[in-house]
Amino acid sequence: MAASVETIEQVKSLGERYKYGWSTDLEMETAPKGLNEDIIRFISAKKDEPEWMLEWRLKAFRHWLTMPEPGWAKVGFPPIDYQDVYYYAAPKQTEKPKSLDEVDPKLLETYEKLGIPLKEQEMLAGVAVDAVFDSVSVATTFKKKLEEVGVIFCSISEAVQNHPELVRKYLGSVVPYADNKHACLNAAVFTDGSFVYIPEGVRCPMELSTYFRINAENTGQFERTLIIADKGSYVSYLEGCTAPQRDENQLHAAVVELVALEDAEIKYSTVQNWFPGDEEGKGGIYNFVTKRGLCEGARSKISWTQVETGSAITWKYPSCILKGDNSVGEFYSIAITNNLQQADTGTKMIHLGKNTSSRIISKGISAGRSNQTYRGLVRMGGKAENARNYTQCDSLLIGERCGAHTVPYIESKNRSAKVEHEATTSRISEDQLFYCTQRGIGEEEAVALVVNGFCREVLQQLPMEFAVEAQKLVGISLEGSVG
Amino acid sequence: MLEINNLHATVDGAEILKGIDLTIRAGEVHAIMGPNGSGKSTLSYVLAGRDGYEVTEGSVTFNGKDLLEMPTEERAGEGVFLAFQYPVEIPGVPNTTFLKEAVNAVRKYRGEPELDAMEFVKHLRAKAKELGMNPEFLKRAVNAGFSGGEKKRNEMLQMAMLEPSLCLLDETDSGLDIDALKAVSEAINAMRSPERAMLVITHYQRLLTYVVPDHVHVLSKGRIVRSGGPELAQELEEKGYGESIEAA
Amino acid sequence: MAQQEILSTEPYLARFNAAKARLPGAGQSWLDELRETAAARFRDLGFPTQRHEIWKYTPLKALQGIGFTPAGEVARPASLDHVPSLLPAKAPRYRATLVGGVVRPELSSPDEELPAGATIERLAAALERDPAGLAELLGRVADDRDQPLLALNTALFEDGVVIRLGRNLVLDRPLELTLVGPLAEVPTQVHPRILIVLEEGAQATVLEHHLGFGTEPVFHNGVSEIALGPNARLTHIKVQAAPLETFHFATTHLRQERDSAYDGFTLNRGAGLSRLETRVKLVGEGADCRLNGAYLLRGRQHGDITTVVDHQVPHCTSREVVKGAIDDRGRGVFQGLIKVAPHAQKTDGRMLNKTLLLSEKAEIDTKPELEIFADDVQCAHGATAGAIDDMALFYLRSRGLDEAAARALLVESFLAETVEELGDESLRPLLLERIRDWLQVRRESLEEVAA
Repeated sequence: MAASVETIEQVKSLGERYKYGWSTDLEMETAPKGLNEDIIRFISAKKDEPEWMLEWRLKAFRHWLTMPEPGWAKVGFPPIDYQDVYYYAAPKQTEKPKSLDEVDPKLLETYEKLGIPLKEQEMLAGVAVDAVFDSVSVATTFKKKLEEVGVIFCSISEAVQNHPELVRKYLGSVVPYADNKHACLNAAVFTDGSFVYIPEGVRCPMELSTYFRINAENTGQFERTLIIADKGSYVSYLEGCTAPQRDENQLHAAVVELVALEDAEIKYSTVQNWFPGDEEGKGGIYNFVTKRGLCEGARSKISWTQVETGSAITWKYPSCILKGDNSVGEFYSIAITNNLQQADTGTKMIHLGKNTSSRIISKGISAGRSNQTYRGLVRMGGKAENARNYTQCDSLLIGERCGAHTVPYIESKNRSAKVEHEATTSRISEDQLFYCTQRGIGEEEAVALVVNGFCREVLQQLPMEFAVEAQKLVGISLEGSVG
Repeated sequence: MLEINNLHATVDGAEILKGIDLTIRAGEVHAIMGPNGSGKSTLSYVLAGRDGYEVTEGSVTFNGKDLLEMPTEERAGEGVFLAFQYPVEIPGVPNTTFLKEAVNAVRKYRGEPELDAMEFVKHLRAKAKELGMNPEFLKRAVNAGFSGGEKKRNEMLQMAMLEPSLCLLDETDSGLDIDALKAVSEAINAMRSPERAMLVITHYQRLLTYVVPDHVHVLSKGRIVRSGGPELAQELEEKGYGESIEAA
Repeated sequence: MAQQEILSTEPYLARFNAAKARLPGAGQSWLDELRETAAARFRDLGFPTQRHEIWKYTPLKALQGIGFTPAGEVARPASLDHVPSLLPAKAPRYRATLVGGVVRPELSSPDEELPAGATIERLAAALERDPAGLAELLGRVADDRDQPLLALNTALFEDGVVIRLGRNLVLDRPLELTLVGPLAEVPTQVHPRILIVLEEGAQATVLEHHLGFGTEPVFHNGVSEIALGPNARLTHIKVQAAPLETFHFATTHLRQERDSAYDGFTLNRGAGLSRLETRVKLVGEGADCRLNGAYLLRGRQHGDITTVVDHQVPHCTSREVVKGAIDDRGRGVFQGLIKVAPHAQKTDGRMLNKTLLLSEKAEIDTKPELEIFADDVQCAHGATAGAIDDMALFYLRSRGLDEAAARALLVESFLAETVEELGDESLRPLLLERIRDWLQVRRESLEEVAA
């Protein structure tokens, strides 16, 4: 599926470059700016958390203070003033709404404007949504229907209250609090996020989706998502993100942990479209995300698909630890950077079990004055008998002022393991553009067409609704990159 | 339909076309022949509007409009179609998608309603069948991994779908075996009509035994040095280009 | 990452301070300054650690706690009546032999054999004879400021070779540089420096052979600077076959001007710990650079081949095919970086690394990297790692070869592909011979186990 004329029409009709750039005027409740143990206690108290949760947060915070900023990514930005950020912002509401009817209509309107109508009756059947607005989950749809089959889909704050045994067992089990500076900050201050548990043998009857929206000014968003697929279960999970257009940079440091037990499969798709900053590089989100999946059980499978078009800076490496024998990891990625965006993204495939296999398909498109790096690690452990990896990593350059970099690390300690890696860098050729325009297709449409073709292998991995959205994004993101 | 007056064009600063005059009326088929390097392909690129081909003198009017003023896609919208000598590969973009984009872009330009997906596919399949193309080709990426003959047939399919009024056929016969040549010739002949004109650019006379032109021109060193009827092609086949060029 | 022990720079700085007045060329102000700056830089940078991205896979901790005496102070005047050669016995050649980093005239070609316009001389002698000329050469190609081992070499080098070919001079025979390790009874350090300058249109073949006889640890820290003028052509073969007790570090800094061609081949099979690094700057349009090579590792050998090719101008080509076979508990490292500067359009850069792991405990770490700031380029890299193909093995055995022979043949043909990348066909057999030697040893040991 490549961009169709109607897609391009729609894109054109959007009028502005970043269509999610408005903000919602709501009465907010915030914690004071800055970060210290009191703020963490405040967050924990707000959420009425058990003692063990607070302790874990404080332990993370104390460790965070000792950690240096990671300096290895090819991204540049002024030092972050962590004291100049709000760590807790929530729409003011006396009590958690019990049903959608109790949710502030302004919020519902916000999500409708984003194309995510939360009223169940208006929704595309088959997608359950957890909407996270600034720091808190405002609504989760289709809860009842999911409960019938035993699927738990709720905000992580609710899960801490209602399913403490599961949270305690798995939280931090894939991404330990001390993993890296950003993940550590998240562990200390995370405010909400989604929690999913799929019981043994259950195939989740619908796509689950979380929609993240940063709204408040100077607010960091630190959500934490935990998905556990018990033996033989299956779930497909979608994540979408937007933020208003603001002059300041905003911090987003999220953590996603996935656990797949024996024969379970998790498919995790992201369309990330945080505000990328304007043409001069002013504003935009710093998107520092740690995503990792553990294929704990034999024959389990975790598949990451991402379309990254937003954010001023993206720092993100959705990874798989292939521990179970015969487990499978996949990473399909499209990253588009334009103007002054910077992205350093890729994956890690850590093969520990026998007959594990992984596949990495990465398509990077750089335009404008942007810089993009694919950074990937494939590690074949000593016991990963007959493990396999295939990596294809292609970069496309549009214009002569952008950069495209490829930094793969391949480490094999196992003779029977087989690793294959290929990478290319090229540009959209004049021949291709001329061929398209000679057939009557305009130049920008031709670029979108060629780029969609370049990304096809990855777009095909997305669930249908997301694929259409993603194609539009490809077009929008590259506007103004030629001519 | 097409009027070329004293057309001069340069590529990378070198003058390739040095004053071409040519008039093509609706319904006519003109052939341009000439040795390698005579400027044949340059002429087709200039008419289609390729970047880097700079017109330094002269004019081209197409149905009364200044063709040279238009960007490439508008010329396509006006009805100029170039069948490429080396059709370009576009990995990942299925043939069907590409054609739908192109057909609807051109229809829109002409103020015609766009075809919906069902209509379009029906129409496309019918045309492909006429050309004896395997429907599998419609699903594959544009020209990617196609053989030479398959690429040329694909050009004919695009031409049939876009219904141009002026077909520029650049070395459409090159690299074809006799069966493919016949198939491609049939496709061209099927497109001949009183409303449509064709400019067949070729190095060999072979194609012209199947696609019989109304007029034949010999291009040498950027100029048309001889013009005549179909018999000129036969003469060139027998005697080569040498004599015509020297005579000029 | 756990805090790593950092190798102390102290003994080396102390050595510099004690010896600087006696080092060759001492008293020439330009050189004194160059060495002082280098020593200060080495002090500031410290030895590389695995925290340095480009040293991620090669730790230096094995050097810890060994006191290396400068080779010049202990090397006995060795009585080498026979210096092994890469070339057949009667093949014509020019020759320069260094023992413990110091040129031995009796083992080198006399000057009168050289064609006019060519000079091959001891670095120490050249510093006395032509200080102004050397001031124009030393540290001009190897001008990186972030390379601690380069700085250490600049501070401490005692000798080396200077090879200069004038305009359009074609060296009629290959030049064989043999670097024999110090024949000492204590651990030694040696920092040889080699300068090769080919002026416009000059052409040469240089064969560099590293070997040794001792059983004491040697810390070899070589630096070569190669400057190729417009249209110059250099074929450069390097065979590293030092004893296992050697820690062999060598960096070749290469600068290529317009239309010059460098055809390099590195065979890395010696030393317990080795790193052969090539840093190339393509500064003239139309330059062509080939960095091919092979690594053969066994026992507990650690072998690292690192290349950095910096395309600074348009229309240059670089090609790398590096393959390796790793046996026992050997560990191979390949790092290749192709950089394309803004405006270096029409760059064509390709890199391929393939490794065969021959044993269960063998390991390969590879990092082929692209850093691209221009759009109209064609760059690609590929890497594979795996075992000998079972089907191919079965096929050969079904044709009657025993397993050891079949394996040897498959490894040989795998590696031979890189040798075929070498432009000068006449040099290929001598590389293949060294690959076969290595395989022969392996084959015999396999047969022993079988028997």
